[in-house]
Amino acid sequence: MLDGSVSGNPQIPVAAEKGGKCAMKKASRKVILDAKGMERVLSRLTHEILEKNKGAEELVLVGIMSGGVPLSKFIREKIRAIEGMDVPAGYVDITLYRDDLSRAGYQPRLKRTEIPFSIDEKKVVLVDDVLFTGRTIRAAMDALIDFGRPKNIQLAVLVDRGHRELPIRADYVGRNVPTSRNENVDVMVQGEREEWKVILREPAPAKGE
Amino acid sequence: MDWKRRHVLGLADFRIEEMEFVVDTARSMEEVLTRDIKKVPALRGKTVVNLFFEASTRTRTSFEIAGKRLSADVVNFSSSTSSVTKGETLLDTAKNIEAMKPNIVILRHYASGSPHFLSRFVSCSIINAGDGANEHPSQGLLDLYTILKAKGKINGLKIAIIGDILHSRVVRSDLHSLGRMGANLWLCGPATMVPKEMERTGAKVTYDIREAVKDADVVMMLRIQLERQKTAYFPSLREYSCKYGLNRAVFSLAKEDAVIMHPGPINRGVELSDELADSAQSRILNQVESGVAIRMALLYLLAGGHDAAH
Repeated sequence: MLDGSVSGNPQIPVAAEKGGKCAMKKASRKVILDAKGMERVLSRLTHEILEKNKGAEELVLVGIMSGGVPLSKFIREKIRAIEGMDVPAGYVDITLYRDDLSRAGYQPRLKRTEIPFSIDEKKVVLVDDVLFTGRTIRAAMDALIDFGRPKNIQLAVLVDRGHRELPIRADYVGRNVPTSRNENVDVMVQGEREEWKVILREPAPAKGE
Repeated sequence: MDWKRRHVLGLADFRIEEMEFVVDTARSMEEVLTRDIKKVPALRGKTVVNLFFEASTRTRTSFEIAGKRLSADVVNFSSSTSSVTKGETLLDTAKNIEAMKPNIVILRHYASGSPHFLSRFVSCSIINAGDGANEHPSQGLLDLYTILKAKGKINGLKIAIIGDILHSRVVRSDLHSLGRMGANLWLCGPATMVPKEMERTGAKVTYDIREAVKDADVVMMLRIQLERQKTAYFPSLREYSCKYGLNRAVFSLAKEDAVIMHPGPINRGVELSDELADSAQSRILNQVESGVAIRMALLYLLAGGHDAAH
């Protein structure tokens, strides 16, 4: 599932300059991380994960749908490059575990969950793009527990934007980005790696993580 | 697409994208069924009432399991043990159940249109689990899903449905689900049980099982409803079985990779031979499996926070 090769060192696309121009208009867009910056941050996160766990033994990666999945894939490739081993990787959709299901106007579309290995007695690293209220992580931990009893669960996020509503913190943080509640952090990691970027947008209609 | 529907009364007014949405949701639900802990908290605190005025084991159990897998509280209410036998009307029964604040009522009733009728008077969601000879929408969706899993597509497949077409609500729902997705449908059975007017649905009608099965991708056998035998739709069970039963010789006319389906319960040796019912081509148990996933999807989608929900 999570295969593909590590991309080279592509040049930074035009996104950074574009963001700057838009900032003149009333909805401001600021590029916090471009593709190159993201690669550096994710490399550091990988090293931290390996340092804290003293290698990749017993390690398992679980990306949270959707943004966490390409990030966990990237980290997995980095681990392979550094340690020379493949760690099991899966992904989890937290929709069925949300605490606001009956509050939304209609039911959100379900995404897929695939954890095709046992997580019993494993060190599970949850990977997500943005850490905000912490409710997504709560749901993801509930989902994981339904799959087994891991030795521990750790959390790696690309961006921590604050405003926690639950007592949850990340073990590995790519960037701390102070935000106001009406700002949006867009992590764009669905396309080509050269196009990856993180954008801070404001103002925007209030929205969940 | 956003799901806006409050009730699932029939597939007659379902759009293709709605059917695809249900199937897509069911695919995610199916993963839950592969886990050791086959339960998710999505419908915690919701109440689902199975209101069954007609005998059913499979459908009722399937809805019950689907609800429980989603953590809903499921209550079974069947007419034989209820005050319906004491003369209470359908509407009074439903009003009483509604007063207990369920979120979803699953209704099976011998009168066509009863779920449509009830949906006008109660504030909870209603799922039709079979109304007379009208529709059985969850069956139509699970047949669609089962064939999609077996064949990867619906469009262009030849699907033969054989048996008591006249009384079958399954056929009416399948005509909507499979027909609208582009299947080439053939209906077959004794002339007394296959109204010629069914051709208006776009399906082809034949009284010759060989013509129906020839080059078919899917052969769907319907249960011959023994309880209707008194009305003499056909001379004898044995004659029916000889002319419209599926056996190895007839099935060999179908495509090599054809599959066999049956909504159950099977009358072994009547509409379907033992040998075929248990063969590798049979998808009958897959239908039961798909049924739970489809019903979980329907319950999940209807449990949304629309205004009327309690």
